[in-house]
Amino acid sequence: MSGRYEPQPQLAGSEQGGSPDGRGAVRMVPEEEVRSYYGRPVLKEPVWTWEVPLYLFAGGMAGGSSLLSLAARAGGNHTLARRALLVALGGATASPVLLVSDLGRPERFYEMLRVFKPTSPMNLGTWVLSAFGATTGAAVAGDILGIFPRATRLSEVASAVLGPALSTYTAVLISDTSVPVWHAARRELPFVFAASSMASAGAAAAILTSPEDAAPARRLTVGAALVELGLTEVMKRRLGDLVAEPYEREEAGRLDKLSKSSTTVGAALMALAGRRRPAAVAGGALILAGAVLERWAVFRAGFQSARDPKYTVVPQRERLRDREGA
Amino acid sequence: MSEATGEANVIPGSGGVSDAFNIEGRDVPESRPVIPLGQKTYDGEEQPRMGFFTDTTVCIGCKACQVACKEWNEVPDTIGELTGTSYDNTGALGADNWRHVAFIEQRKEVFVQQEAGLGTPAVEGEPDFRWLMSSDVCKHCTEAPCLDVCPTGSLFRTEFGTVVVQEDICNGCGYCVPACPFGVLDRREGDGRVWKCTMCYDRQKDGMEPACAQACPTDSIQYGPLEELREKANGRLEMLVEAGAEDARLYGANEQGYGMGAFFLLLDDPEVYRLPPDPEVVSRRFASLWGSAAVAAGAMIAGVAAAFVGGSR
Repeated sequence: MSGRYEPQPQLAGSEQGGSPDGRGAVRMVPEEEVRSYYGRPVLKEPVWTWEVPLYLFAGGMAGGSSLLSLAARAGGNHTLARRALLVALGGATASPVLLVSDLGRPERFYEMLRVFKPTSPMNLGTWVLSAFGATTGAAVAGDILGIFPRATRLSEVASAVLGPALSTYTAVLISDTSVPVWHAARRELPFVFAASSMASAGAAAAILTSPEDAAPARRLTVGAALVELGLTEVMKRRLGDLVAEPYEREEAGRLDKLSKSSTTVGAALMALAGRRRPAAVAGGALILAGAVLERWAVFRAGFQSARDPKYTVVPQRERLRDREGA
Repeated sequence: MSEATGEANVIPGSGGVSDAFNIEGRDVPESRPVIPLGQKTYDGEEQPRMGFFTDTTVCIGCKACQVACKEWNEVPDTIGELTGTSYDNTGALGADNWRHVAFIEQRKEVFVQQEAGLGTPAVEGEPDFRWLMSSDVCKHCTEAPCLDVCPTGSLFRTEFGTVVVQEDICNGCGYCVPACPFGVLDRREGDGRVWKCTMCYDRQKDGMEPACAQACPTDSIQYGPLEELREKANGRLEMLVEAGAEDARLYGANEQGYGMGAFFLLLDDPEVYRLPPDPEVVSRRFASLWGSAAVAAGAMIAGVAAAFVGGSR
């Protein structure tokens, strides 16, 4: 499969018995025919809308920020600590709004909290997000008002402990589905999300903090952005050519490429000129945009992966063949 | 249920289960217990696990199951367009189609099927043409991922071992939709909640068989205690193979994999009928799902700490 964007899937699909509606049917396994019910999907595409990838980003950034804040506090950099904590609160405030608005019945959001259900990553995540919001809010309030110093520190620590959980559980959430490109990446996705969250947290803090106080944030965002770029490639490679194919084509392919460019340029800018505020702001904004785009690419790849029956059927056929061969 | 099974001929819907499964008048065997989530047992209320056996070799594609299902369960009508591939006008299972009849047209020698009395219709003057028809439905799995991932507990396991959505709790989060390996669940447009086959839970409670099974004129859809249906299906398969139907195979007729409560006798590969050939039990990958998230969370702590190695400012 060469280069840029999808090479006329309609033609290739109808020629080789792929999906008749022409949605993503270029054959990657040429020797044998992929059988299906007239190219119709086996799986249902997710019903989630734009709020979800934005939440994956916002929640991830918030989680990384509370951790960054505590580390800065421990190192005595209170300016950076305060700014990072504000970012965490911002993310923690936006996240529930996004999640509730994505529900089919938003007025029933509280049903999430009527049970504690460890088999459901979404249920656990709701509890983590609620606790994160409460502790981060308490930490910010205590810090601003200057009251209850011990309770404030305790809230900060609690928020920082919950932060990494908030940043990574979302990977479990989407991997715990039958969508091939998500489920097969269940080992790598949490690391991709963790790196992306740290890059976002560092970038946001570097934008909001004067350069002389922001050195650790810059180091964090540059390092994490590079790791994010690398891990995304590792994930795709380990998924294999067929399952990872959605990342190479259509919307997910474009988003993935755009994300990579944005993150790369942003990290370079931040590394080379981050000591000057305008460059730090521009670089940080690019890294944040790269993180949003990466989550969006992962999100859309899931839709593409569910839509085409070959991503469901071929790996399962291979598994059957391996089992029979063994 | 058990008192009905001793009778030789039970009229469908009259308090027994499917007439087809009652012909032999066996005792109700113990089925594998399905323990509802967050609940040890239904105690005295627990019923034998009930299921569907869809024998596609006798399906005539009349769609009576689809109509009966909609009528009984007040599922909104969906006057679909013909898909253009055959007489399918609903396309797939979904919030408004809890039964879906698939139509597959194939070039294939059919004399074997005719001799075996399978009723697969051939078209005059087209001796190598066959039609496969199959009524798909929710599988009511033992390892139901929809039930596992549901964050509200709206999806639950009934005393019949089936999986049902409680519409007064579902908040339309949509998590079950991509979780299902069979593409069964979907959110209803304009309603916002998820809807799917309940195996006619209300009818079951009154000892009646589900509407689709009762309406099926050829007994392609059979309803009864799952264990019994599985035995019966194996008998049917043996009969077919003896008669020369080499294509015949059972899909999901045991506790392997998802442990389907609704299973099928097919005449071709499952994927031809829009069924996944070997779905992986996704929500049982606990270690690889949560394990790497835990390690990744730890790596974040290390990563942030590393950023402060060169000083805090």
